[in-house]
Amino acid sequence: MSVLIFIDIAEGKIKKASFEAASYGAEIAQQLGTSASAIVLGKSDELSTLGNYGISKVYNLSNESLHHFDAQVFTKLIADANETIGANVFVFSNTTTGKSIAPRLSVRLKAGLVSGAVDLPDTTNGFVVKKSVFSGKAFAHIAINSEIKIIALNPNSISVIKTEGVAEIVDLNLEIPTAKIAVQAVNKIIGDVPLSEADIVVSGGRGLKGPENWGIVTDLAKLLGAATACSRPVSDIHWRPHHEHVGQTGLAIAPNLYIAIGISGAIQHLAGVNRSKTIVVINKDPEAPFFKAADYGIVGDAFEVVPKMIDAIKKLKESV
Amino acid sequence: MELYLQSISVLNYFRNKIYKNNYLIMKILICISKTPDTTSKIAFTDNNSKFSTDGVQWIINPYDEWYALVRAIEIKEAYPSTVLHLVNVGGVESEPIIRKALALGGEEAIRVNSDVADSFYVASQIAHIAKEGYYDLIFTGKETIDYNGSSIGGMIAEFLDIPFISHAVKFDISDGNALVVREIEGGEEIDSAPFPLVVSCQKGMAEQRIPNMKGIMGSRTKPLKVVEPIEISPLTSVVSFDLPPAKAGVKLVSADHPEELVRLLNEEAKAI
Ligand SMILES: Cc1cc2nc3c(=O)[nH]c(=O)nc-3n(C[C@H](O)[C@H](O)[C@H](O)COP(=O)(O)OP(=O)(O)OC[C@H]3O[C@@H](n4cnc5c(N)ncnc54)[C@H](O)[C@@H]3O)c2cc1C
Repeated sequence: MSVLIFIDIAEGKIKKASFEAASYGAEIAQQLGTSASAIVLGKSDELSTLGNYGISKVYNLSNESLHHFDAQVFTKLIADANETIGANVFVFSNTTTGKSIAPRLSVRLKAGLVSGAVDLPDTTNGFVVKKSVFSGKAFAHIAINSEIKIIALNPNSISVIKTEGVAEIVDLNLEIPTAKIAVQAVNKIIGDVPLSEADIVVSGGRGLKGPENWGIVTDLAKLLGAATACSRPVSDIHWRPHHEHVGQTGLAIAPNLYIAIGISGAIQHLAGVNRSKTIVVINKDPEAPFFKAADYGIVGDAFEVVPKMIDAIKKLKESV
Repeated sequence: MELYLQSISVLNYFRNKIYKNNYLIMKILICISKTPDTTSKIAFTDNNSKFSTDGVQWIINPYDEWYALVRAIEIKEAYPSTVLHLVNVGGVESEPIIRKALALGGEEAIRVNSDVADSFYVASQIAHIAKEGYYDLIFTGKETIDYNGSSIGGMIAEFLDIPFISHAVKFDISDGNALVVREIEGGEEIDSAPFPLVVSCQKGMAEQRIPNMKGIMGSRTKPLKVVEPIEISPLTSVVSFDLPPAKAGVKLVSADHPEELVRLLNEEAKAI
């Protein structure tokens, strides 16, 4: 019995969400009185740092052909590796990679899956995982009744615990099946912070009147090292790209800080952002529903308020 | 399983042949889920163990309708011999949303007459239907807006031992293969994959459509087949639900002093 955490790498770097998964998996292992190991498919020289997140062993298959992701291949490799590892709790991050592998592994191992977990499992009576449902409007507590259990953890849901430690690296020797999917290109939007992993998100709505006015949003975001987002109509009318759309029918996010500028706070918008730790709303309408869901707010014209905020943050940064 | 794979390769053979004469026969299965309307009040009954359906309006899960179904309809518009089948796992109360999907352009629907136990259960049922129907392409939405599982597509694909591409924002057919653009964190990935294949769809794939009168009239007579579920045990169960704690209330700062907001975010919320 042990916990196995899938670690996702891109260009040799461990993703932030994977460090969260590692720390989360290590805590589960501690709770169950067992050890936590990680599995990495691909090449990275950061692997021993996983020891700082409570991982004792890292199983690694560093083969060039794994540079491109194929969920079918990855699933089979994880299942094959587990024949010797013998883990019975698997942890993934609930990202596009995790969402592609975890369901497959669930079928392959007949293992119950809870995706979108937001807290540690309750193991006092069975194995019950809290997950976000109704796009953040509620939580469900789901019991996994199978012997093997799989959890996909939502990014930005838990606080990472750092420890001292170096993980032992164990090389895997597995036959790699041929991928059916051919990845032809991966286009990164250079310089942008991925929205799902961002600590701070600055978001704009229809109140900004047009794409030419987005400078205040991007300037504020840049200053804070934040990702940018938008409401649905804004992406529908192509003021901003689709991937920035947050809400019930867009991306659901849970940053530490969400700053909403010129967004009314419709129920469908709130659904995707209300798990943010601190919400700031800037809107000229005091009756805007968003104020009811906010922690801090300014009733005022964004075009006057935001530049002043930017100046104040610059001053703050200079003073430290 | 082996027989299935054999027939698939026969099918692929024919499809490729026919395709070369610029004529594509493709069988698409679109998974349709019933979800509460996005404005529904979220409340629970029976000791917080069940979602309260009091006064809830039901809709087709937006990802299934706006993106998966409409993209499939567009494929049929481009290749008229394409066959569009819908599948839903649910009770008789699913029929209005199935009829709507037929009104939009689905040709035939299958309802697996069963309550929804968990994603493994639903995916097992759909995989069974898919196996029997020899579909080339299975479309799902990227997730449902109620349980946000994102699991059905991947599970079906594993049951059938075929590829699955999640979070597709574009889907095309080129040289007998699927050409898919999928969204990944911080960018996009362009994939090509052979049929049969499962794809989960999201914004970008297509634009929402409204059913027209002809569609609505026609949908009443389109076949809606009801089949009994196969026997399978779910792997998870709902223990309870709860709602997030209410916010303490907003702290308003004067528009003349945004620097005060910055101070609060820095010193009190420790967020910047
Ligand atoms: C099925 C369904 C799903 C949906 N899914 C989503 C979703 O996922 N995400 C989403 O965002 N929406 C979604 N919507 C749409 C949602 O209902 C709202 O229409 C949308 O969120 C409104 O966007 P907005 O706040 O940018 O625009 P508006 O509602 O037009 O609000 C603009 C706001 O800007 C303020 N404003 C104007 N000028 C200024 C200024 N100078 N300074 C400061 N403030 C100003 C106004 O007071 C107003 O509150 C969905 C709707 C449906 C029916």
